[in-house]
Amino acid sequence: MVRYNLIQIPVIRTLLTNRWPQLIIRAFALGGFLLAILAGFVGTPVGSRNFAIIIVWIAWWALLIMVAVPLFGRGWCNICPIPMPGEWLQNGSVLRPLENKTGRGLKLRWPNKFRNIWLQNVAFTAIALFSIVILTQPHITGMVLLALILFAVAISFIFERRTFCRYLCPVGGFIGLYSQVSPIEVRVRDTSVCTDHKDKTCFTGNEDGFGCPWGIFPGGMVKNTNCGTCMECLRTCPYDNIAVNLRPPGTDLLQQRGRKLDEAFKAFIMLGSAVVYSVVLIGPWGALKSAAFAVGSFAWWGYAMSFLAFVYVLLPGIFYLAVRYISQNAPGKRKPLRMFTEYAYALVPLGLAAWIAFSLSFVFTNVSYLWPVLSDPFSWGWNLFGAANSSWTPYFSKYIPAVQVVILIVGLFWSITVIQRISGESTLSEHKPWRPWPVIAFSAFVTSGLLWLLVG
Amino acid sequence: MASRRIRVEWIARMIVLVLVLGLSSMAFASRWLNRSRGIDVHARMPESGGWSPDVLNVDVGEPLILRMISDDVVHGFAVGQSSQPPIDVMPGKVAEVSLTFDNPGTYTFYCTRWCGPNHWRMRGTIEVNGALEIPGTTDPPLYLTLGIDLDSPHEVPVDLVRRPSAKRSAALDFDIPEDYLTRDYYLSHSPYEAWRDLRNESSISQFTDGDIWDLVAWLWASNTTSEAISTGEELYAQNCAACHGETGNGNGVFARLVEDDTPADSSSPDFGHEIVAPTDFTDPPQMMGAAPALLHGKILRGGMGTGMPSWGQIFTKDQIWAIVDYLWTFQFQMEVKP
Repeated sequence: MVRYNLIQIPVIRTLLTNRWPQLIIRAFALGGFLLAILAGFVGTPVGSRNFAIIIVWIAWWALLIMVAVPLFGRGWCNICPIPMPGEWLQNGSVLRPLENKTGRGLKLRWPNKFRNIWLQNVAFTAIALFSIVILTQPHITGMVLLALILFAVAISFIFERRTFCRYLCPVGGFIGLYSQVSPIEVRVRDTSVCTDHKDKTCFTGNEDGFGCPWGIFPGGMVKNTNCGTCMECLRTCPYDNIAVNLRPPGTDLLQQRGRKLDEAFKAFIMLGSAVVYSVVLIGPWGALKSAAFAVGSFAWWGYAMSFLAFVYVLLPGIFYLAVRYISQNAPGKRKPLRMFTEYAYALVPLGLAAWIAFSLSFVFTNVSYLWPVLSDPFSWGWNLFGAANSSWTPYFSKYIPAVQVVILIVGLFWSITVIQRISGESTLSEHKPWRPWPVIAFSAFVTSGLLWLLVG
Repeated sequence: MASRRIRVEWIARMIVLVLVLGLSSMAFASRWLNRSRGIDVHARMPESGGWSPDVLNVDVGEPLILRMISDDVVHGFAVGQSSQPPIDVMPGKVAEVSLTFDNPGTYTFYCTRWCGPNHWRMRGTIEVNGALEIPGTTDPPLYLTLGIDLDSPHEVPVDLVRRPSAKRSAALDFDIPEDYLTRDYYLSHSPYEAWRDLRNESSISQFTDGDIWDLVAWLWASNTTSEAISTGEELYAQNCAACHGETGNGNGVFARLVEDDTPADSSSPDFGHEIVAPTDFTDPPQMMGAAPALLHGKILRGGMGTGMPSWGQIFTKDQIWAIVDYLWTFQFQMEVKP
């Protein structure tokens, strides 16, 4: 498969190996994050004028789901401020390793039975159930952000490396899953060099950099899922054996190694959540919005249980029946449950397309709230950039539905291609492209539903 | 080498500290800087607290700079009995206003936008301290001078077959006696009382009941001006229509939220605090039994436990009379005077 190593470009090499650009961006991100927490608590309670709500749920979300994840995979994780204070304390330095400095914390190993993303699945759905309140109430957003950073620091004190990011962060799970579509990857150039390298400095660290914060040995890495793109291995490899490749998007989805049930369920959780959000936030059903907002009420419990049943039982259940039908009618090399896990990876492009299409429906409509919020972050009468009094203006509203249709259709066809390739991996007989038609029908049905909800 | 590394690390730490603290401390810096630029007044729907603070203090002649911000919906700000035009207080945006008072006293500020069912409760006071330049006296309200009990029922048995018209009365061959034409007569009598008095005039016994009502309409029209009605219409639309309805039928947007229109029993803990259905100004038995002074008093004092607020601190005497004049247009056709 064609690859182009971006490290060959001197400017990119310098930007990625030098620690200062990364540190400055991280410090800005942390400052902005703390500013958002403060704005949540002391800024105006009017959501559309509050810095925390607009910067996090409009600006950050738009950049994350529409730019960072599709193009750079875990690029956001590289500069995410949430684990920063904990990591700096853990390392004992903010810039580079210091001699005889081991940092603070117990540095325990994360228990084996939790070395998966099930807890991230639970964390994401737990937050998703309250999201209508979190997205609209600045002080709740402030509390969630504060809780996240405090929890991340606490975890850094107890466990080694970026345990919080890899196993607990509510958004880390889906960023990892969707980072498989990214056209950028960090990989080793020659695995035999890593095999022969005794010190494995990419994992243990040296004076030029820290051992992989994500606990990965780059020599064995075949997918983007758990690579935080922090570039430590690029700095610590004494053989210049690390490449940052430009590659065909979605390559990881065809990688048979490392397909797991927890990640398969993440695909359903994300696809299902995009559907539920489209119904609740975009749909015309006021009673549903009220139920989702009235946390703790009988109606909210109904909403919460339906949400969980939809993403954890109904969607995977129907998908499993579709997979079992394929397995019974055209026996392959694998059992239905294994096939269920494998085919679920084909839902990644569709899931990402669903989230981008869903986000498009409110991001460009509401992004004009950003200008007054940047000019007057606390609604205290400031006018830093002269835009404090600019009014709400939806952008590109005429074109958004057409773009949503294109994105969903591209997502569907991409998913169908992956379904057919996965089907080809396990068939015993001659490969027929439409053999997995029940899974293709499932994807087409979900896409039709989304088209109806978002554009119809 | 090692000491250089430590030096660079400290520089990095300082940069991180400056960026992180600098950005996050903007919150406190702006609050501190704003302190000298006036008083922050937060506006919230009355159910969530109304104005905060709702009592302001200032000395006579000193500017009172207010930085108003709504924490929920659109509100408006105005000071009662003042020529200061109302300003809108938008959600999350600061609206600055500077007020200077020439006379000491207690002024009422209030919300001018229909912000919620309890909009009319959204008021605060400005205590203006200082000595009076010219001590003045206050006249007692007219309803007290006339001994009108604002709370006693004043419904009358009226069954109109047509809307009384000042224009139609011009066709009647009758000169209304002088006694009826005085301002005092108009203020202290209800239309029904005027009709009854005219009905008893032997010289017009040939007139139908409807003709007499047309004469009453003329009497009422002769006590107002089109300018006053126009002012009253504007004030009514801004301040009264939310409950009494734009057409005066008592079915305003907030009235529809009042579930129970029955006044609570005097033994009930709710007595005096319940909200009853607003008066229907299009209902002849209700309106024809009310003297102008009674309507003026109701507006001035408020409904005392019905939900009708007191407007005495908000409107000037002339503004209240303008509203009273406008209210009669729901009963009478007053456009053409003979």
